[in-house]
Amino acid sequence: MPPSTTPSLAPSSGARGRSLLAFLGSMNLAITLLVAVALASVVGTVLQQNQPYGDYLMKFGPYWFEVFRALDLYDVYSAPWFLAIFTLLVVSTSACVIRNAPSMLREMFTYRSRVGENEIRSMREHVEWPHLPMSVEAAAIEGRRVLMDEGFTFKETRVKEGYMFSARKGSLQRLGYIFTHVAIVVICIGGMLDSRIWLSYQEFVGKLTVETRSVPLSQVPEESKIAATNPGFRGNVNVPEGSKTSVLFLNVRDGYVVQNLPFDIEVKDFRIEHYINGMPKSYESDLVVTDPKHPHDPVKATIAVNKPLIYNGYAIYQASFGDGGSRLKLSSWQLAGGTAGTSQPVEGAVFQDIPFTVGDVKYTLELNDFRMFNINPVPDEHGKMQEKNFGPSVVFRMRDTTGQAREYENYMMPVVMEGRPVFISGMRDQVGGVMRFLYIPADRDNSMATFMDFYHRLHDANLIDQAVQSMLAEVNPEAAKLPAASEAIRAMVEKFVRGGYDAMGADLEARVPKDQLERAFETSARVLQTVLSRMYVTMMNERGVKDVGGEKDERFLADSVAAINALVFYGAPIYLQMTGFEQIQASGLQITKSPGKNVVYLGSVLLILGVFMLFYIHPRRAWLLVRESDRGARVLFATTSHRKTLDMARAAQLMHAAMVAKFGVEPMKLSH
Amino acid sequence: MSANANVLNSALGLPPLAKSAERMTDILWLLLVVGVGLGGLFAFKDRMDVYEVSILVGSVSALAAVGWYWRGIRGLSIAVAVLTAIALWRYGVHFGDQLSVGREALAAAQEKDFFLKFLVSSQSAIMWMSALYVGAAFTYFLALFTRTEYIGKIASVLVWSATAFGLAGLFARWRESYLINVDYGHIPVSNLYEVFILFSVVTALIYLFYEGRFKTRALGGFVMLVISAAIGFLLWYTFDRGANVIQPLVPALNSYWMKIHVPANFVGYGSFAIAAMIGVAYLIKLKMGGDGERDLLPKLEIMDDLMYKSIALGFGFFTVATILGAMWAAEAWGGYWSWDPKETWALIVWLNYAAWLHLRLTKGWRGAPMAWWSVIGLFVTSFAFLGVNMFLSGLHSYGTL
Ligand code: HEM
Repeated sequence: MPPSTTPSLAPSSGARGRSLLAFLGSMNLAITLLVAVALASVVGTVLQQNQPYGDYLMKFGPYWFEVFRALDLYDVYSAPWFLAIFTLLVVSTSACVIRNAPSMLREMFTYRSRVGENEIRSMREHVEWPHLPMSVEAAAIEGRRVLMDEGFTFKETRVKEGYMFSARKGSLQRLGYIFTHVAIVVICIGGMLDSRIWLSYQEFVGKLTVETRSVPLSQVPEESKIAATNPGFRGNVNVPEGSKTSVLFLNVRDGYVVQNLPFDIEVKDFRIEHYINGMPKSYESDLVVTDPKHPHDPVKATIAVNKPLIYNGYAIYQASFGDGGSRLKLSSWQLAGGTAGTSQPVEGAVFQDIPFTVGDVKYTLELNDFRMFNINPVPDEHGKMQEKNFGPSVVFRMRDTTGQAREYENYMMPVVMEGRPVFISGMRDQVGGVMRFLYIPADRDNSMATFMDFYHRLHDANLIDQAVQSMLAEVNPEAAKLPAASEAIRAMVEKFVRGGYDAMGADLEARVPKDQLERAFETSARVLQTVLSRMYVTMMNERGVKDVGGEKDERFLADSVAAINALVFYGAPIYLQMTGFEQIQASGLQITKSPGKNVVYLGSVLLILGVFMLFYIHPRRAWLLVRESDRGARVLFATTSHRKTLDMARAAQLMHAAMVAKFGVEPMKLSH
Repeated sequence: MSANANVLNSALGLPPLAKSAERMTDILWLLLVVGVGLGGLFAFKDRMDVYEVSILVGSVSALAAVGWYWRGIRGLSIAVAVLTAIALWRYGVHFGDQLSVGREALAAAQEKDFFLKFLVSSQSAIMWMSALYVGAAFTYFLALFTRTEYIGKIASVLVWSATAFGLAGLFARWRESYLINVDYGHIPVSNLYEVFILFSVVTALIYLFYEGRFKTRALGGFVMLVISAAIGFLLWYTFDRGANVIQPLVPALNSYWMKIHVPANFVGYGSFAIAAMIGVAYLIKLKMGGDGERDLLPKLEIMDDLMYKSIALGFGFFTVATILGAMWAAEAWGGYWSWDPKETWALIVWLNYAAWLHLRLTKGWRGAPMAWWSVIGLFVTSFAFLGVNMFLSGLHSYGTL
C-alpha cells in the first residue's frame, strides 16, 4: 500500500493546511514536476547559454532576439520561471516527506501483532495447516525457526489457545525512502547556498548594477563591485605573468560585476607542457597568495588542471589561459594608393588600440590576441589530414570611424600549402562568422618583399604603360602606335588591380554585347596575364634575378595574381605582418567560495545510501499463528510486503516449502 | 553463518548454499583474487599514489565479492587474465622491460608476432569481441526460433568469450598506451572509442547476470542487438575515423576520478539499454497476443519485473556516477554543477527514470506504457551519451565525433 495514495482522514482543524500539504505531496504533482524540470532543462542545452548578446542578435534577428530575451532563454538556469518549477519540486518533495515520514518511522519499529485470524487468511500469500500431529509448543518452535532462518525479527504474543508471532524484516527500506527524499531537499538547499540568489537580490533592490562596458578596472563604478565578505561566489580572472589581482569577475548575462577578494594573487609563471605530438599535456601556474593582514607570510603553490589550491576556504583553479599583453613588432604594408606595397614598422602590445590614418581616413587597430602555437589539420601529399603547427599568429581588428570592424588573424611565418610557402591571413566581417583566407606567396627568402614590390609596381601607371608598350611593340606594332589601345589596356590592368576580375567583368559587361562576353573576357584575361607577366620579369631582373620564367616563377606569378584578386575582398587598408614578439601569457583562474558544497556532498551520501536501501532491502512482514486443534496444532502463516514484486512471491513460496519441511505435512491450502 | 549466507543468496535470487566441494572452490577463488591483488599492490606500490592504491583495493574487493556470489565471473576473470598475460608476455618478449618503444616499434611487433596479430593485441582482441557479439545475436535468435536449448548454450558461450576478449583488449590497450609513450599511458576509458567497448562489455555482463538468474536465454538476442549497434558504431569509428589510434589524455581528463566516474556511468547506460530491449520484447509479445501455451518469450509479468530490476540497478549506479561526476567537476572546473550540457543531460536522464520508478512503484503502473517509456528512455540516454557530444558544445572535452 503506497503511503502517498492513502487518503488522509481527519478533516477537522487545520484541514486546509493539510489539503495543501496533500496536494503538494501528491504523487501526480511529483511526477509532473519531475518531467517538467527535465523538459525545462533541455532548453538550456540546446541554446548555448551566456554568450555575448551580440551573437544572439546576429543569430536570431532583432525580433526573436527580444522574444528569447524576455523568456530568459540566454540564462535559463537562473531564470525566475525555471527556478520556480525547480523550487516547487523541492517543496513537493519536502511535503511528501513530511506527510509520509512520521508514519513510516512509526511503522519501522512496530510489529503488527493485532492482526486477526481472518485478516491473515485474507492475505494473498497465506497457507494453513488445520491439523498438525504435534503439540502447539513443538509447532511454535518449528515455525519460529523458519522465521529466524529467513532473517525475520518478531514479537511473540500469547493468544487464546496458542501463540502469535508477528514478524518483520527489511524495515530499513523505509529509511531508504526518507534518506532519498531528504537528500534531494538537502542537495538543493546546498546548491542554493552556492547560487547567485543573493546577487540577484542585490541587483533587484538596486544595490548592484551590472557593468556591460569593457573598461579598465579603475573605471568600474562602486555599484558594480561586491565586497569580499560575500559568502559564496564563482568567478574568473585573467592574470598576466608577473602581475597580481585582488579581484574577480562574475559574468552576469551580457556583462559582469567585480568581486573583491580578501587577498591578492600573483601569477609568477604560467606553463603549457606538450606531448611529443604537440598536444597540450598540462597547464600550470605558479602562484603566490598574500593576505594583506599577514604580508610577510605568503603562500606559494603550483596549480594545474585537476589540482586546485585550497586557501582559507577559497578554491583557486586553473581554468584557462590567454594572452597577458605580449609585445609585438609589426610591419604595416600599405595596400592602396601610390604607397601600396611599402611598409612602416609598428610596435604595440596585445589589448592595445593604435589609431592610424590612411589617406584621410581614420582607423583604429585593436590588437586582440597573440597565439604562439596554432595546430591545424592540413592534408599531406597523400591527402590524409595531418596536424600541423602553423606557428605564431596575431589576432586584431580594424575599426573605422563608423564603428564597423573586421577581424583578422595573421600568421607570422609562411606555411607550406600544396608545396608552396604562403603567408596566411584569415578575415571575417562578423563576430563568429566564417573565416575567409588570403594567401600571399612567400619568395625565395621566405619574405613578402617580392610580392609587395610587384604589388607596388602595379600601382604605378608609368610602369604599367611601359609593359603594355613593350608587349604591343612585339605582338602588334601597328596598335602600339595608337595611344587609345595602350590606354585601354592600362585602364584594364588598373581595374583589375583595384577591383579584381569582378571589376574587369563588370566593365566588359557594360561595353560588350552579351553573346560576345565570354570571348571578350577570355581575351582580356590573356592580355592582362601577358602584361603582368612582363612586369614580373622586369621586376625580377631589376631585383637581380636573371633566369626568370621557370615553373617556380609561373606559380609565384599565378599565386600573386590570385592574391591580388583576393585583396579586393580583404577590406583592410593595410596588411599587418608580425616581425617579432615577446610573449607574455596570462593564466585564467577560477576562484570559488562555496559554502554549500559540503551540504551538497552530505546530501549526496544520503542519496546514494537511500537509493540502494530502497532498491535492495526487501521489506516484508509475516504472521505465524499457532493454536490448539482437536488433533494437535493448527498453524496459519502469511507473508506480505508493501512492495508487490515477483521476488516477494517467490520468497513466500520458499518459506512455505521450509515450513513443509519442518512440519512434515503439506498445508491444506496454497494460495497460488 | 550458513543461515545468513542463505538469506543473502535468496535475496540475490541465487541457488541455496553450495555443498562443501563448492565451498572449497569459493574459498580458492577468494584466495586467488586476494593473492593476485596483494601481489599487484606490492609489485607496483612505488608507482601508485594513494588514490590508485584505493582504486586497486576497491576493484579487487569488488571482484572477489562479485565472484563469490556469481560463479560465472570466475571463469571470465581467469580467461581475461590468461589473454592479458599472453599479451603482456608477447610484449615482454619483444621489448624486454623497456617502458616505452614508440608507435612504429609497437606496430611492427603487432604485425610480425602471431599471438599479437591474431589474438591479443588490443586491436585484434576488439575485433574478436565484435565478431563474437554479433555472432551471439544471430545465435540467440536462432535458438529462440528453433527452440533449441543447445544452440542457446552456444550463444551464451559466445557472449562470455566476447566479453573476455573485450576486457582483455582493454587491458592490452592500457599496456600499449604506455608502450607508445610513457607520457601517453592511461586507463582506456578516455574517449568514445574506448567507452563503446566498455559499454558493450558492461551491458553483456549485466545481461549474463540476469540470464543466469532468471534461467532464460530468450532475451539474449534483443540485448545483443543493442550491443551489435554499438559494435557497428565502433567499427565505423575505427575504419572511417581511425579512432582506435591511441592518443594522449587532454589535461582535463588526467585525473583518478575518471577511473571510477566513467565505469559507474556505463553500468547505468548498460542497464538502461537492457531495460529498453526488454521493453521491445515485451511490446512484441503483447502485439502477438500476450502470454500463451508455447511461448517463445518469457511471461509478460517476468519481463516487466526484469525491466524494473534493470532500471533500478541503472538508476542506482547512475546516481553514483553523476555524484562522482559532480565531485570531479568541482576539482577540475571549480564547481560541482555548471549546467554544462553533459551534466544537464545526466540530470534529465535521471529525472526521467525517477518519474518511471515512481509511476511503477507508487502508482502501480505496469505493462505497455512502462515498456514504451523504457524504450523512449533509451533514446534520452543515448542522447546524453552521444548526442551531447555530437550536437552540443560544453566543457566536456570528451570525444567529439
Ligand atoms: C527530485 C524528486 C524525487 C526523486 C529523485 C525521487 C526519487 C525516488 C526514488 C529513487 C525512489 C525509489 C523507487 C523505488 O522504491 O524503487 C522513490 C520512491 C518514492 N518516492 Fe520519490 N523522489 C522524488 C520526489 C518525490 C515526491 C515529491 C514524492 C511525493 C509524492 C515522492 C514519493 C515517493 C514514494 C511514496 C516512494 C515509494 C517509497 C517506497 O515504495 O518504499 N517522491 N523516489
